[in-house]
Amino acid sequence: MITLTVNGTQHQVDLEPDTPLLWAIRDAVGLTGTKFGCGIAQCGACTVHVNGQAMRSCSVPIGGLDGANVTTIEGLSPDSKHPVQAAWLAEDVPQCGWCQSGQIMAAVAFLKQNPAPTDADIDAGITNICRCGTYERLRRAIHRAADLMKA
Amino acid sequence: MDGNRTTPILTRRHFIVTAATAAGGLMIGISAMPHLARAASVMGQPWNDDTAAAHEIDAWIVIDPDDSVLIRYQRSEMGQGSMTAVPMMLNEELQADWSKVRIEYASANRNHREKKIYGDQNSNSSRTINGSQVLVQKVGASARERLIAAAAAKWGVAATECASANSVVTHKPSGRTLRYGELAAAAATVKLDKEPAIKTPDQFTFIGKSQPRVDVVHKINGAAKFGMDAQVPGMVYAAVLQCPVPGGKLKSVDEAVVAGMPGNPVVVKLADAVAVAAEGTWWRARQALARLQPEWDVGEAGNTDSAQFFREYRAALDGPAKTARKQGDVDQAVPAGGKTFEAVYETPYLSHSPMEPLNATVHLQADRIDVWVGTQDAYEATEKVAKFAGLEAEQVYLHNSFVGGGFGRRDVSDEIAHAIAVAKVVKKPVKLIWSREEDTRHDKMRPMAVTRFKGVTGADGMPTALSIRTVAGSIVKAAGIPLPPNGVDFVAVAGLAGNGYASIPNVNVDYVMRDTHLPVWWWRAPGQNQNIFALESFIDEMATANGQDPYQFRRKMLAGKADWLAVLDAAAEKGDWGKPLPKGTGRGIAICDDAGSLCAQVAEVTVSPKGELKVNRVTVVMDTHYIVNPLSIAEQAEGSVIFGLSAALYGKIEVKNGVPVQGNFDTYRMVRLAQAPKIDVHLLASGGPKWGGAGEPAVPPLSGAVANAIFAATGKRIRSLPIMDHDLSGST
Ligand code: FES
Ligand code: FES
Repeated sequence: MITLTVNGTQHQVDLEPDTPLLWAIRDAVGLTGTKFGCGIAQCGACTVHVNGQAMRSCSVPIGGLDGANVTTIEGLSPDSKHPVQAAWLAEDVPQCGWCQSGQIMAAVAFLKQNPAPTDADIDAGITNICRCGTYERLRRAIHRAADLMKA
Repeated sequence: MDGNRTTPILTRRHFIVTAATAAGGLMIGISAMPHLARAASVMGQPWNDDTAAAHEIDAWIVIDPDDSVLIRYQRSEMGQGSMTAVPMMLNEELQADWSKVRIEYASANRNHREKKIYGDQNSNSSRTINGSQVLVQKVGASARERLIAAAAAKWGVAATECASANSVVTHKPSGRTLRYGELAAAAATVKLDKEPAIKTPDQFTFIGKSQPRVDVVHKINGAAKFGMDAQVPGMVYAAVLQCPVPGGKLKSVDEAVVAGMPGNPVVVKLADAVAVAAEGTWWRARQALARLQPEWDVGEAGNTDSAQFFREYRAALDGPAKTARKQGDVDQAVPAGGKTFEAVYETPYLSHSPMEPLNATVHLQADRIDVWVGTQDAYEATEKVAKFAGLEAEQVYLHNSFVGGGFGRRDVSDEIAHAIAVAKVVKKPVKLIWSREEDTRHDKMRPMAVTRFKGVTGADGMPTALSIRTVAGSIVKAAGIPLPPNGVDFVAVAGLAGNGYASIPNVNVDYVMRDTHLPVWWWRAPGQNQNIFALESFIDEMATANGQDPYQFRRKMLAGKADWLAVLDAAAEKGDWGKPLPKGTGRGIAICDDAGSLCAQVAEVTVSPKGELKVNRVTVVMDTHYIVNPLSIAEQAEGSVIFGLSAALYGKIEVKNGVPVQGNFDTYRMVRLAQAPKIDVHLLASGGPKWGGAGEPAVPPLSGAVANAIFAATGKRIRSLPIMDHDLSGST
């Protein structure tokens, strides 16, 4: 039995320790906002925060996470008004949307480290894949979010 | 059956992006000016488990007494924005208050029961808009006239004295008003003597103004429900492994090895695959599947590889061919002072790789089946489900979801077939998910092609003859569409037979159909996505060898074609064509017509002395003839550039021992932010009889524009894709 606190709620997860956090979140906790894209830490669709750090949950076994604090896209803000979410709306970023939970979670963690990033910082810091190709708006949205967070 | 009903999230926080139309010009601005505004909405769950509702005006429109309006959208939302744009077209006529409009998917089940009241339900070939426009305008106009008739009857006045706007009918002489919510019940019973005429484009007041897409609010907080997000009580999870050599069969598999593994795994044998269903998590199913060591019957295909395929395709260039187009005599003598050209272009197999791997959740019962899936064609998928399940289409309840990327892949329904096959064995609801590796390797691929060009230019440097022969797989055959009498797959030669260059007097276009064991299918801008790369590169070869500017060369070839020239000229102007560039940097240009629209692009690239390539900027000009939602058209153009660029730079599915090699994003690479160029999009709306599509036309020109830019920067001609296979070092 592994104890995970997901978005502030404690869950006792009765799964094998090699279970990737992604599947514990989606199939056991029942939160489906975190997405499966590749399963090998390549695409970032599954990005969540573990104890405040962005992690690709498809490649993090829950065995090492007993007692961890996990934040998923559903827990990012109570009202979808986190500055990154607001910036995403303003720039109309998502197309199909499948990658976007991961993009947003990656961007939130990234902006904590780089509150005023340059384009080059963003290019180096956000490596998630978007098959729909929303990068142009995504880049603008990260700058906008940085501005909103400053204000 | 409401196992998957989720709490509706009725967020109404939206931003609007306004479009500023350049005064007197045709260029549509897409400047993002976000401010809070009123807009329509959708729920996180786009389908409705009920197929009918109280207060229906008709199958498309529900108006409640409180004036809220529900518009049913009959196709799919996969990021292309049509779930917003199609209801916008309907509302152009209906004249409802857009802020009170909610949108949901139309039921495919009802469409089957009510004689296709919603028409076709596919979202492919970029035809969601042009395939819906007349139909939904008629639906909206009819409802509006019935609302007006209901008001006129209440007042005892002539309908011609009434007008409607913003969900209110006004009796013009007296100024009396009635709200749509007060009229809906009566309007539903009105029979019009004559259906009203629909508006012509000059009468539009709503179409053409940027609206935020209704789905976006749910795609920033995890609320949007995709196929893979379905949760059905009692469901088990299934993973599948298909024969590694596509087309092969399962011989045998030892099921005993999974005994005792977590989740009580059950092995299900299919003709060409093996699946495992497990309780609790999909991971358990996948772990159990990984332990199986199936024996496969792969046949002759097991001895094939890509190099051999390309050799065979090249050899087929000199064999028999079918004629797609013939004009003049390509073999006449080369004019004095003329030049001859010959080049062979090659493009590999590609996987669609939508971001959401294929999946389907099914609940099969004796007299009913529920399917949760993201499909590009809910109507056709319903028919297929009925066949797979042995039921009638009326017994199929397909809950179409938000689609996590389609690009042409999500209308085959092979993933649904797997899920139903497993459900028949385990007799429980099943959520079946393909791994990324299955999704990539068992794609229905973009065909590979080898294309040979022979060109002749005259003393003035302009082409006098062009002879093209392409050897390529046949999507048309794969789709079961009869070939035309000339035996030519018209998709395989799309773009080659014309592309606007009608000024060349002597032209031959031939086709050789050649397939391998890899199945092929529609892939964003089918045919054109590879043919335009080849053609626009070869045009560039002739231009540059004759010392001509590639843009001016195309201008001359397009002489007299005002619509093409407008797009080409705008791309050159916006893309800074001709402005000085540093050493190692070059610009390339390409143009095509696709899905009824014209698109030209200028790409700017830099190649370092070490051979590193960076695409700095891509300028897109697209003429879709009409524009419903400028914002989502611009987004489609931006996305198409990236989609095309992943293919141009990295895209290839190789085959070794019959097995597709690339399986995941570590080897089937995608453009990420670091490689994403700046993209500027400019839209034109030239009008005319046809509405063009927007989801595909910006894919084909990209690879040609980039390859031509590389030539401008380096003098190296790229004649095969992907570009990463070419060594550009020392060329700048
Ligand atoms: S699913 Fe985890 S990185 Fe792709
Ligand atoms: S929005 Fe579709 S993959 Fe990013």
